[in-house]
Order: sequence, then structure tokens, then C-alpha cells
Amino acid sequence: MSNKLNNFINEKIDPLFQKGGKYEKLWSIYDSFHTFLFVPRETAGRKGVQVHDSVDSKRVIIMVIIALMPALLVGLWNVGYQHDLALGINDGWFMQFLYGLVAFLPKVVVSYVVGLGIEMAVAAYKREEVAEGFLATGLLIPMIVPVNTPLWMIAVATAFSVVFAKEIFGGTGMNVFNPALITRAFLFFAYPKAMSGDAVFVRTGSALCNTPIEGTSVVDGFSGATPLAAVADGSFDAASYSTLDAFLGCIPGSIAETSTLAILLGACLLLLTKVASWRIMLSVFAGGAVMSAIIGAFDASAPTVAQQLCLGGFAFAAVFMATDPVTGCRTNTGKFIYGAFIGVMAIIIRMFNTGYPEGAMMAVLLGNAVAPLIDYYVVDANINKRAKRVKA
Amino acid sequence: MAAEKKPGVFTGPLWTNNPVVVQVLGICSALAVTTQMKPALVMGISLTCVLAFANVIISLLRNTIPNRIRIIVQLVVVAALVILVNQILKAYAFEVSKQLSVYVGLIITNCILMGRLEAFALGNKPWPALLDGLGNGLGYAIILFVVATFREFFGSGTLFGIDVIARFVNESGYDGYQNCGIFVMPTSALILLGCIIWYLRSKNPELQDK
Repeated sequence: MSNKLNNFINEKIDPLFQKGGKYEKLWSIYDSFHTFLFVPRETAGRKGVQVHDSVDSKRVIIMVIIALMPALLVGLWNVGYQHDLALGINDGWFMQFLYGLVAFLPKVVVSYVVGLGIEMAVAAYKREEVAEGFLATGLLIPMIVPVNTPLWMIAVATAFSVVFAKEIFGGTGMNVFNPALITRAFLFFAYPKAMSGDAVFVRTGSALCNTPIEGTSVVDGFSGATPLAAVADGSFDAASYSTLDAFLGCIPGSIAETSTLAILLGACLLLLTKVASWRIMLSVFAGGAVMSAIIGAFDASAPTVAQQLCLGGFAFAAVFMATDPVTGCRTNTGKFIYGAFIGVMAIIIRMFNTGYPEGAMMAVLLGNAVAPLIDYYVVDANINKRAKRVKA
Repeated sequence: MAAEKKPGVFTGPLWTNNPVVVQVLGICSALAVTTQMKPALVMGISLTCVLAFANVIISLLRNTIPNRIRIIVQLVVVAALVILVNQILKAYAFEVSKQLSVYVGLIITNCILMGRLEAFALGNKPWPALLDGLGNGLGYAIILFVVATFREFFGSGTLFGIDVIARFVNESGYDGYQNCGIFVMPTSALILLGCIIWYLRSKNPELQDK
């Protein structure tokens, strides 16, 4: 059966898209779908290198997407859970999950359509293969925005990020900054009202359009502020705050960043498959923990170390953003420095700049900017060390 | 230089030899005064006037200026003109002058001025020097104006202070329109300048770096 299908595609469909074919201009789009759905046609020759298992970027990115799933599923449930909390109702975990799903799906569609649309247009124009990079980015974007972000804003920010953070640097694998974080940073600076405050992280209206639901009202004393917003305005009480809630993920926050437990599950998969670097992940957490401990030693009202690591987007940034192999450090020593830098900076920005309640996004972007410099000095130091050995 | 044709002296700087996007001079003020169109326009005109007059004056004096103190002479001429422009703005366009604040005074340090005086006015007759000054000033003004148009439209939803967007869109509600805050920040001017350079170079292959 599959042979027949293969033959049909190879003989009838394929020529249409090759040079001279009817749909020659659409070759890159056809190619991207073909390699996505089928095993690549190229096989190793009789002689020369025999590749046993080709871990190409498509496989790596699928792994990242699978690793994102636990965080996403818990996040979707949490969207519904927060909604129920705000309205003072409880319609079971499944309905809560469905609510989150309905609120989330349009965002994914928008981010993929806009991002892949631009990528495919550029690829078709250059007659290149469509690179896979956006598969992960397109899923990450809706996961790291507040649930009430309007769809058109996501569209604008995604377009900006794909063009200015990715395509002008040469596309997938060439970008200096993490495109998903650039999208979020763009939203944060362009539409600050929609990205912070206490009205954006919890949806109180209907799942799809956030229109008020008849017969419901927000319970008295409800605040949709995130714990980090409370830290920023000084109303956070570390002693009475439940770290377990933050660890499990039933706190207000961007869609998929809340559950540290689910993120750690994803992290296990990334580490087992060696997709992400354990050096970066470990050193981000270590840097964050050390900085939190230092701040905690001087300021008793600051969140505890465990709370710092569980709140906000810190864990998500450490596991999924800092470990991006394109924008991070390449050298092993560099990875430790890079990770620790991000961890320390995230906590510093979070605690000392009240304008930015969460520092993980800025810290990773700053880390991206200095990563090549770190690599440069690590390589330089190595060269010097070896030069000395030669002299001696 | 003298062999250059007169039209090239004037029209070159308007586009393919633009002082801002090709020679990359005067970027500082291009980032600072382009939030709104009105100040950008006034700034463009002010710089054009100062540059044209300074070019002519230096060109007239070019054979009498001792080489070793030429920068000082240039500075004195430019400073006098800038003070003149600043006083006129304060007298007739006080609001805009307040918005521009120090940037009118800072025309004196604008790289375009020193660049043109050194590179052109010192070695050319007054008439080409005038054209060169006008061309470079207008080239600067055009870029400022284009950048300011985008920034004011997307950042504040207005053009020349007149509400444009608010008349047509609903700003309230969940999906309501919001102005893009990035366009109010200088960052956007840098991105827009980059886009203009990108467009210019793709149209003129001779400008592309090898």
C-alpha cells in the first residue's frame, strides 16, 4: 500500500514541483510537507559513510515539542482552573482543561499560520527548503504569553520576530536571539498593557473571545495578579505563600510556564535524549538559586530560594529557552558561564527592577547577546593554555 | 570633486548617497527627534538651512582659512548659524522648539555638518557648495520625515498630531486596537532606518558590501 502511494507520489506528483514542472514555485512548500510526512528519499550509497540513524533537526524539534507537552497540558488545565477560581465555580478538571484548550487553540493557529506563512514565502522566493525551526517556535509563542493576549497582537509580534529576529540573520540556525522570546519581548514593549498587570493572566469571560458570561460574576477579593507582580509591589508574603502551588502550577501566569513539575518532566526527556544541554540547565538553576539565597540573606521578605525557582517563567526559560542550541554557547565551559549568567540575571532583574516583574525573558535575551563573546574568550583561553604548554 | 556634475551634487545625497542611510551620519538626532512628524520636519528644515549657509560661507572663506585652525573657523560659523536658527524657532515656533529641546543646539555636533564642510565646502566654489548643502540637508530631512511618519502613525495613531487611527477603530474591549509602544521608543527608529537601508541596498547593488 505504502509502496503504491510512494510510487504515485514519486512518479506523478514529484515532477510537478521539480524545475520545469507546473508548480515549480511551490517546490519548497511541497518539499517541507514531503519530508515531514515521509522518510527522506536519499539513502546512503554502497560505499563511504553509512549513517546508522540520522538525527536531523526535524527529529530534534519533534523531541522538543514532545517535551513541551506536559507543561502545555498542565498549563491548559490551569487556565480553566484559574477561570473557575475567579468566578467561584468548579466544573471539574476535564471542563477546566477544555476551557483552556479552547482559549489556547486560536493562538497556536495564529502563530503557526503567520510564522510558517512568512517562512514558506521566503523559502519559496529563495527556492530553499523550508527550515523546521519554526515548528518549535510556533508552539512556544502561544505558550509564553498571557491567556488574554489578543490574537492580532500575537500575529504582529510573530511576524516581527520571524522577519527581524530570524530571516534577516539568515533563517533557522543563524539567529542571534531566540525568536520565541523576541516575540514575547516585542509584545512586552509594544503593548505593555496587554502583557502585565492583573487583568491579563486570568480569563474571566468566555473561553474563545473573553466576552462576559451571563449570570456569572468575579468573586469578591479576586485578584488575577501573578505572585511576581505581588513581589514587585511589595505585597508578597514569603512565609504564607504555598510553594507547592507554584511547583504544581495552580497559580496565575503565562499559559504554560506555571507548572514547574511538568516542566521538569519535559526536562527529563530533553536530557535523556540529549537534545538539551545539562550544563546549561543545571547552571541556570544553580545561578538562580545562589542569587536568590544572597538576596534572601539580606531581605527576609523576599521569596525563598525554592519559591524563586518555581515562580514565573524561570523554570520554563531554564529548560526550554536557555538551552536553545542556536542562540546559546557552543563550548562546554561557556555553557556553564552562560547558564549561570542567565540564572543570576533573571533573579536580579526580577528583584531589583519593579518595572519588570519577571526577569527570565530579559535574562535569556541578554545571555543570547553575550553567548558569542563567552565562547570567544573560552576558545581564546584554551589557545593560550596550549600555547604555553608548547613553550614550556 | 570639482569634476562632479552639479545635478549629482544636489540629487545624489537625496537618495543613493544619502547622508543618513548611506554615509550613516547624523544617526543620533534621527533617533531622537522622529517620534512626531512636526519636530522631525522642523529639525530637517533647520539642518538644511544651517548646512546650506555654512557650506556657502566656508566655501567663500576657503582660500583665506589657515589650514591649521580650519575646524575652529568651521565651528564658529556653524555655532553662529545654529544660535540664529534656535532663536528664530524660539520666537516663532516655541512649542516645537521645546519638543526639540537640546537637539537644535546639537546640530553643531551633527556629523553631517562637519563632514560636508571638511569634504566639500573647503574645496569647492560657493554655488556647488550651496547645492551640496541643500542636497545633504534635504536628504537628511527626507529620511527623518519618513521615519517620523511611521513612528507617529503606529506609535501614537496620529499624523501631524491629528488623530487618524482612533476614528476608525475601537480601542476598547478584549481585541481592541492598541498603539504599538515600540514605535515611541528610539529602538523603532533604528529598526526603521535598518529597513530603509535594506530597501536602498537591494535596489542599488553598487551600494552592497563586497
